[in-house]
Amino acid sequence: MASNKKYWKSEAELNPNDSIVETLKQNEFVEQIPVDEFLGDKETLASSSTNRRDFLKYVGFSTAAASLAACEGPVKKSIPYVVQPEEIVPGVSNYYATTIANGFDFASVLVRTREGRPIAVGANREAKVMGSANARVHASVLSLYDSTRLQGPKINGEDADWSDFDAGVVSQLKAAQASGKQIVLLTQTYASPSASKLISEFGAQFGTVRHIAYDAVSEDAALDAFAAKYGERALADYDFAKADVIVSFGADFLSDWNGGGYEGGYAKGRIPAKGKMSKHIQFEANMSLSGANADNRILATPAVQKRALAALYGKLTGSAISVDLPENVAAAVDAAAKHIKKAGEKAVVVTGLNDVNAQAVVLAINEHLSSAAFDAEAPKYVRQGSRKNVAQLISDMNAGKVGVLVMDGVDPLYTLDNATEFAAGLEKVGLSVAFSQNANDTAQAVQYVGAASNYLEAWGDVQMKKGFYSLQQPVIKELFDTRQLQTSLLKWMGNDTSYYQYIKDNWNTSILGGLDWNQALHDGVFTAPILAPEEVVEAPVVEEATEEVAAPSAAAQARSLAKANADGMELVLYSKVGMGDGQQAGNPWLQEFPDPISRVSWDNYVTVSKADAEAMGLVNEHVANGGLDGSYVNMTVNGATLENVPVIIQPGQAPGSVGLSFGYGRKAGLKVEMQQGVNAYALYAGGVAEQSVSLEKVGGMHEFACVQLHKTLMGRGDIVKETTLEIFNTKKAAEWNVKPEVSRDHAMIPASSPEADMWDSFDRSIGHHFNLSIDLNACTGCGACVIACHAENNVPVVGKQEVRVSRDMHWLRIDRYYSSEDTFAADDHKKESFEGLSGDKGSLGGFGELEDPSANPQVAFQPVMCQHCNHAPCETVCPVAATSHGRQGQNHMAYNRCVGTRYCANNCPYKVRRFNWFLYNDNDEFDFHMNNDLGKMVLNPDVTVRSRGVMEKCSFCIQATQAIILQAKREGRPVAKGEFNNAVACSAACDTGAMRFGDVNEEGSVIADLVADDRAYHLLEHVGTKPNVVYQVKVRNTTEA
Amino acid sequence: MKKVLYRNQFSNVLGVSLVVFLLFSSMVFAQDEAAAEGAAAEVAATGGDVANGKKLFKQNCAACHALDRKMTGPALAGISEKREREWLYQWIKNSPAMIKAGDPDAVAIYNEYNQAAMTPFPTLSNQDIDDILAYADAPPETPKAVAAAPAGEAAAQEGGVTNELILAVLALVFGLLVMMLVLVNKTLRRIAEANGVDLSQVGEARMPLWKAFVKNQFLVLVSVVFLLLMGAYFAYGYMMQIGVDQGYAPVQPIHYSHKIHAGDNEIECKYCHSSARVSKTSGIPSLNVCMNCHKSIYEYKGNPEGPSAEDIANGYTNEFYTGEIKKLYEAVGWDEENQRYTGETKPVEWVRVHNLPDFAYFNHSQHVSVAGVECQTCHGPVEEMEIMYQYAPLTMGWCVDCHRETNVKVEGNEYYAKIHEELSKKYGVEKLTAAQMGGLECGKCHY
Repeated sequence: MASNKKYWKSEAELNPNDSIVETLKQNEFVEQIPVDEFLGDKETLASSSTNRRDFLKYVGFSTAAASLAACEGPVKKSIPYVVQPEEIVPGVSNYYATTIANGFDFASVLVRTREGRPIAVGANREAKVMGSANARVHASVLSLYDSTRLQGPKINGEDADWSDFDAGVVSQLKAAQASGKQIVLLTQTYASPSASKLISEFGAQFGTVRHIAYDAVSEDAALDAFAAKYGERALADYDFAKADVIVSFGADFLSDWNGGGYEGGYAKGRIPAKGKMSKHIQFEANMSLSGANADNRILATPAVQKRALAALYGKLTGSAISVDLPENVAAAVDAAAKHIKKAGEKAVVVTGLNDVNAQAVVLAINEHLSSAAFDAEAPKYVRQGSRKNVAQLISDMNAGKVGVLVMDGVDPLYTLDNATEFAAGLEKVGLSVAFSQNANDTAQAVQYVGAASNYLEAWGDVQMKKGFYSLQQPVIKELFDTRQLQTSLLKWMGNDTSYYQYIKDNWNTSILGGLDWNQALHDGVFTAPILAPEEVVEAPVVEEATEEVAAPSAAAQARSLAKANADGMELVLYSKVGMGDGQQAGNPWLQEFPDPISRVSWDNYVTVSKADAEAMGLVNEHVANGGLDGSYVNMTVNGATLENVPVIIQPGQAPGSVGLSFGYGRKAGLKVEMQQGVNAYALYAGGVAEQSVSLEKVGGMHEFACVQLHKTLMGRGDIVKETTLEIFNTKKAAEWNVKPEVSRDHAMIPASSPEADMWDSFDRSIGHHFNLSIDLNACTGCGACVIACHAENNVPVVGKQEVRVSRDMHWLRIDRYYSSEDTFAADDHKKESFEGLSGDKGSLGGFGELEDPSANPQVAFQPVMCQHCNHAPCETVCPVAATSHGRQGQNHMAYNRCVGTRYCANNCPYKVRRFNWFLYNDNDEFDFHMNNDLGKMVLNPDVTVRSRGVMEKCSFCIQATQAIILQAKREGRPVAKGEFNNAVACSAACDTGAMRFGDVNEEGSVIADLVADDRAYHLLEHVGTKPNVVYQVKVRNTTEA
Repeated sequence: MKKVLYRNQFSNVLGVSLVVFLLFSSMVFAQDEAAAEGAAAEVAATGGDVANGKKLFKQNCAACHALDRKMTGPALAGISEKREREWLYQWIKNSPAMIKAGDPDAVAIYNEYNQAAMTPFPTLSNQDIDDILAYADAPPETPKAVAAAPAGEAAAQEGGVTNELILAVLALVFGLLVMMLVLVNKTLRRIAEANGVDLSQVGEARMPLWKAFVKNQFLVLVSVVFLLLMGAYFAYGYMMQIGVDQGYAPVQPIHYSHKIHAGDNEIECKYCHSSARVSKTSGIPSLNVCMNCHKSIYEYKGNPEGPSAEDIANGYTNEFYTGEIKKLYEAVGWDEENQRYTGETKPVEWVRVHNLPDFAYFNHSQHVSVAGVECQTCHGPVEEMEIMYQYAPLTMGWCVDCHRETNVKVEGNEYYAKIHEELSKKYGVEKLTAAQMGGLECGKCHY
């Protein structure tokens, strides 16, 4: 039946005389297709005599010629060593223990080299104080092979050689010495006993030398508070493993707070053992990693945090402090105080507020509690920067008092909020020298640029914590004509010894105490046997804050804290897990690393709470290609304005506060692809992270590259299983770790039972059978595993645009889920109680509500990689049998067999397969490390570099398990117990022990116990895939004191 | 690059075997074994035993000394005239002591030769030293002229002649046959004409063969199917050998003869390819490994019989090989004159013969150390290869065949103890093949 109804798309169509409508009707496309544009010049086209026939002939000929040429294999050259170094066997990895100390990241690491090339950096598990082998440290190996590195010294922008460089510097040093002008070393925090000694000797020789340490991300408040109380400018150390109650006021101690490295100890207390786990209460504004892992998270802007801290101090010490707090915060403080009182010395309080009073109050509380987790005896030296001294320097520079300024490992022109003043001062300095690895802002502004060596090419030593020393040794010869500052200082002093010899002598005389240097170098770490602080410890000679003020009493400080207030919106600046202070901004792995919380890669952004966003009309919206778009705002702090900052609406952001991360927005010395985001340092007035800010919405939408658009679990409690400590302790596992059932012959049977299976099971009891266990309680979401996986498996970087259209290649992702009610359990309950489609309990509206995370959601992190299903859905649909199952439990993927149908990815319930949409290596469109000879040096030679059109996925690092088996075979022995434990890159990178790998057929192995644990469950167990990855139910400590 | 493909292998083999067969059926070689050893030991004027001296020299001295040229130590020819005999006794038995004692000559030599002290030989008696010196003073042995060479050459020539002759005879026979056929045809025609048969009519009356063929649809179908199958067969065969470089024998920058090293001198493969024991790659030996021997082996003296005719035909003369050793010296930066390294190196760019694709993981140590597979199993008779070539096809089918057939070597390897026992019970076999052990799983070689 024909319909007379008339359909119309716009009102204009109703007017028959509208000329536009008529034109649109006639033209298929609204705009002309720009054929000429992509075909080139119209004239040349018209005058060209090539007709279609000719074109086809050429095409045919070139195809035939190409296929004929392809029959002949290419001639490959093999060039052996002329003299092969004794310790190198081609094809066998060597490992060296060394240390990264770049001023922001300090960690003892183990570097894996192949044929002399470092290819991976991992944690040195032998070290007692390891520092923090986070994602950035794992990625640092790629920064060695950065094609934008400075390749030699420069004088006034011209390439120079070191002898001219040295001559120029020495003459200026002497001139400065003669004229009595200052010689200033402005450096990163070294925490290096030998560098300190060297600099003091340098000072002794040239007289007027000042050494100023400068941290891009300042810890001044904590340092000053510690100095005031304990007389030494250092950071108190904490051991969260010893704490039963952790109360944090804005301290993101699972990230970079206090120099980082606390997740290991924290996770120890978080795994429920013998019915106990630690209680973590977090007061914070931004949603941080620590907040995401907390049992109770209380939204509080920095000002409220300060007041809450003051209130807590009052409650704990009994001093009368009147504090004005919002009701919920006051209640939370009460609860926290109860918990702390109950735990006594097993409690610890930390803060990340850049406020001397807050830091001092925390020290006083921990002292008062005599907290076992608090260590002021052996403090940490990984931050020594002083903003006060830097400010003094800037005024001295502008006053023309500085003769020579030598900078190393710092980029003040990028990281200072008052960079223009610094730049003006730089003009008035007699000679400005910067040691830098790439042409950053500072290196472009100074007269002499010393091309600095990467830490993998240089010698050094570090004392991260009092009495705990680490050695840094080069694992590769300098790739370019580079030199470290310490070597240069020795040269300028006319000292012919190498820095290596200098360190060795220093260690032999004052650190090792007669013990073996070679052993220390081999281990990479050395612990002073007897802690006799007066003798052993070289107090860092970094200039300290000059004036000594009589320390006010903690109570007075708490009282002044109690008055803390802020006008308008409060900004909290923070450092991202991926980018840190931004010195590795040229590292494509880190740029593409999705932030654990926002899941956005290639960007920084201002995080705004939903309430504030609505008030200001800021939006986040998903667009048709699957990307996420966000509004822009202009941010103004103290008159400094940062324009066009993209907005992310962040669940759990305290209303009245916004967050912005450091490390982005650098342009100098970076490839265009890496120039992402905005420079938050512009708002970092005086090195204080908490600022009053005003936001103003501006036009336009920002395109984000976000890898996870779905924020909540929608009540699917079978993906992230969660329970509370109380239930965990009192009820049977079947109640809180429900095993899914399926119906067979109208009776319910467990989904994992053999009767529910379509397939016969293989016998996997013989030989090895690998399993991976992931403990959701211990996983903090830090993402070190993601980068380690990149390095191990040659995972390509695809760039912002590709990530935006969901073509990211990460083999291992860490899903982050928010709850839409207060807890995940409430989500589940809500979903279970849906009745009908519409109405109050209708599923139609209900699911819509479940999509929105709550204002203060619970968070769960879940690393997901190929689950290596024993009954893998991907294997059955592959038309060419490119993916198949191995007896050892691994799901194999033969790239050369894959024809790219992508059926497997469609059939994978876990969505862990990644398709190579392009050739990512040797392709100018993807100007990342796989496209230059330098960057390719990081590739793992044991793993294929995949080509276009094939599927790839996690292999359970089969190259590593095979290598271990082969070694055992070669040595004619069974695989030793626990030998497989750190075989896979992700579990080896995991500081918290959340990921455990191993052979379940090995008697008494950790993994066998974990697989049989009450908490163990499989992802989507009801599907019946029988994965070899097992998750441990997340337990939250909701107990009330 | 020279590239030998096996495309024509079949016809080549056929041709060659025919020739060889004819050769051997018609000729018998009789070879006289030339007496290689010198007759009696010559006794030099000094009273030393030259033969014994030669033996001792080879055992003790040859690593560092040559007769006619400087090596690690000085040339020894005529040394007894240059030095006092007593001095020589003392020096050879304990040179460091002399240097320590400050003997001026000793110190001079010590300094001249990079202060590398000579190993003391306290076990040599004065008579032994006399023998060595006698050998050193004896006039150099003239290389024995080899009678075999011309004979071989003649044989080769003769072979060539026979070859051509046979071909000519065959051609003649063939020509004769053709002629006979033509003649018979002519005669038959003539007879037919004589009998009055009209040949042209006979031809026209019959349907031409091709028409008949076209008409018979079944035949057409069968032959089309046949042709297609044939085409497919050959196309498949052709496609399958694309990228299979069996027989690939590229010209290398230095003519390194495995025949001389592994064959004539019986050097163990893994002496040079040492990483095959522990690594995935067998490793192309670094040049310092070459210099372990070639520091003293500076020229090629050939096998006792001298170069064979074939070698000479290919240009593999002693001078040629010596020239190749000089190439090594240049690459490694060895100054022969002064017996020291100059430090100027030119790494050798060998052309890779065995190119396994990147997506296939192969580990030498698994096969060499664990499985105990002989190198020759995959690399062929390397000890006979003058020019290294790819012996095996290196295709996946070839790998898989071997894994199916080869039993896992479990003896004395504790790793296999438990797994082998359980698996063999499961499969009900005595010995497990590599395939049963899991050696056919994709992921074992592709990751």
